[in-house]
Amino acid sequence: MTRWIIGWMLVLAVTPAIAEPVRVAVASNFLAPLERIADAYAAQGGPALRISAGATGQHYAQIVNGAPYDVFLAADQARPERLVAEGYARPESRFSYAVGRLVLWAGAKASLPDNGLAGLAGHPLRRLAIANPELAPYGQAARQALDATGQWSALSDDIIQGQNVGQAFQYLATGNVSHALVAASYTRLDNAPDGDWVAVDARLHDPVRQDAIILEQAPNPEGARRFVEFLQGPVAGEILTRFGYQTAVPRS
Amino acid sequence: MNLTPVWISLQLASVTVVVLLVLGTPLAWWLAVGRSRWRVPVDALVALPLVLPPTVLGFYMLILLGPQGPIGGPWLAVTGDTLTFSFTGLVITSVLYSLPFVVQPLRDAFRGVGAGPLEAAAMLGARPLDAFFSVACPLAGRGFLTAAVLGFAHTLGEFGAILMVGGSIPGETRVVAIAIYEHVETLDYASAHTLSAGLLVFSFLVLLAIYTLNRRGRSGGMV
Repeated sequence: MTRWIIGWMLVLAVTPAIAEPVRVAVASNFLAPLERIADAYAAQGGPALRISAGATGQHYAQIVNGAPYDVFLAADQARPERLVAEGYARPESRFSYAVGRLVLWAGAKASLPDNGLAGLAGHPLRRLAIANPELAPYGQAARQALDATGQWSALSDDIIQGQNVGQAFQYLATGNVSHALVAASYTRLDNAPDGDWVAVDARLHDPVRQDAIILEQAPNPEGARRFVEFLQGPVAGEILTRFGYQTAVPRS
Repeated sequence: MNLTPVWISLQLASVTVVVLLVLGTPLAWWLAVGRSRWRVPVDALVALPLVLPPTVLGFYMLILLGPQGPIGGPWLAVTGDTLTFSFTGLVITSVLYSLPFVVQPLRDAFRGVGAGPLEAAAMLGARPLDAFFSVACPLAGRGFLTAAVLGFAHTLGEFGAILMVGGSIPGETRVVAIAIYEHVETLDYASAHTLSAGLLVFSFLVLLAIYTLNRRGRSGGMV
C-alpha cells in the first residue's frame, strides 16, 4: 500500500514537469497566428499552450497583480519595457517577435480609392474604423498614416475608434463602417469578410513592433524559454510571414 | 481629469429611465393584472437581460442597429444617421439592458395594489384609465421610485454592451465605465481610481437610499 502511494506521488510529481503547459498572454491581433504556431509547436512534441487573448494594457494590469502567465506577447514595446523596469519581467528575454503592417480595407458595399490611402478623404465613405490611437499601436500607426497623408482633420468626423485593432476590424466585418485601417494579419483569416484591401505604405507610419517577454513570476520558466526559442525559429517565422507580419528583428 | 464621460453617463441613465417608465408602466401593469396566456412568456422575456451576458446584447445590437440591420437600415434611410456609435443607439441598448430593473419593481408594486382599490374606483364611476392614474399609480408610488432608481443606477454601470456598440466617441458615447477601462488600459491609474471610487460611493448611496426608504415604508405600515 505504502509503495503504491509513493509510486503515485512520484508519477504526480514528475508528470507536470513533462507536460506542464506554457501560459501565454497574447495581444488579440496576434491570436490567429499564435494558434497556428501552437499547433506547429505541438506537432513537434512541445507542450500545449494555454492562450489568453486580450488587450495589452489589461494584460499588463493582470501581470502586475500576479497573473500566472509565463510569456507575454504584447501589442507594443511600451508595456514589456515597463514590466522590465518594474521588475516583473526578465530583461534579457525581451525581443520583437513581429512587426505589423497596416492595410486599408473597404467593406462589401464600398470601394477603395484609386490611389490607395492618400485618396481616402475625397472618396465616398461611411465611417472609417481605426483602433484607438491612445490605446493601441495599430491605432497610433493609423493616425500617423492619416497625418502623413494630410487627411487626419478632414476625416476626423468620420472616424470610429475601436478599443483595439480587433474591434475596429469587427466594426468593418459587421458592416457598421465602410472602411477600416487594420492589421494586415486580418487579411489572412479563413473567415475574412468580403471586400477589398490595399497595403498602406510602411513609410507612412512607425513600424508596429510587438515585443515578447518572459515574466519574472512565470510558473514554468523552462517551458517559456523553450517556447520563445521556437517562436524565433523558422517554423514560426514562416507562419508570421504568411499572416502578413515581418518576422522578428534585432531589438531596437 | 476629463469629467465628460460622467456627464454622458448621467444623461444616458436619465433618458433611459424616462423611456423605460413610459414604456415599462403599461407593460408592468399588463404583467401584473393581465390574463393573457402570453403573460408568462413575456415575463420571462423581460427578465432575460438579468441572466444574459451583456456581450450577447451588444453583439445582437451591433447587427440589428448596424446600417445593414433590420432596425439600423430603415433608421439610416429615414434620418441619414447610423444608430451604432450614436447616443440614440446607446439609449436603445440601455433600455433593453435595464428593462427588468424597471419593469419588475413596477409589476410587483401593481400586484401589491391588487384589484380591490380599482374595483372600488370603478364602482364610484371612474373609467379604467382614470382609475389607473388616480388610484393605482399613487398606491404604487414606492414601486415607481424603486424602479426609477434601480434603472438609473444599473444604466450607469453598463459596460459590455456599450463597449460593443458605442465606439467610445468622446462627448457622445464614451461613458464612465468605458473611460475607466481606457484609463486602466493606458495605465492612468489615478484617473481610473477617481472615477471608480466615485461610482462605488454613488452606487452605495443609491442602494442605501432605496433600502432605507423601503424599510421606513414597511415599518410605517404603508401599503
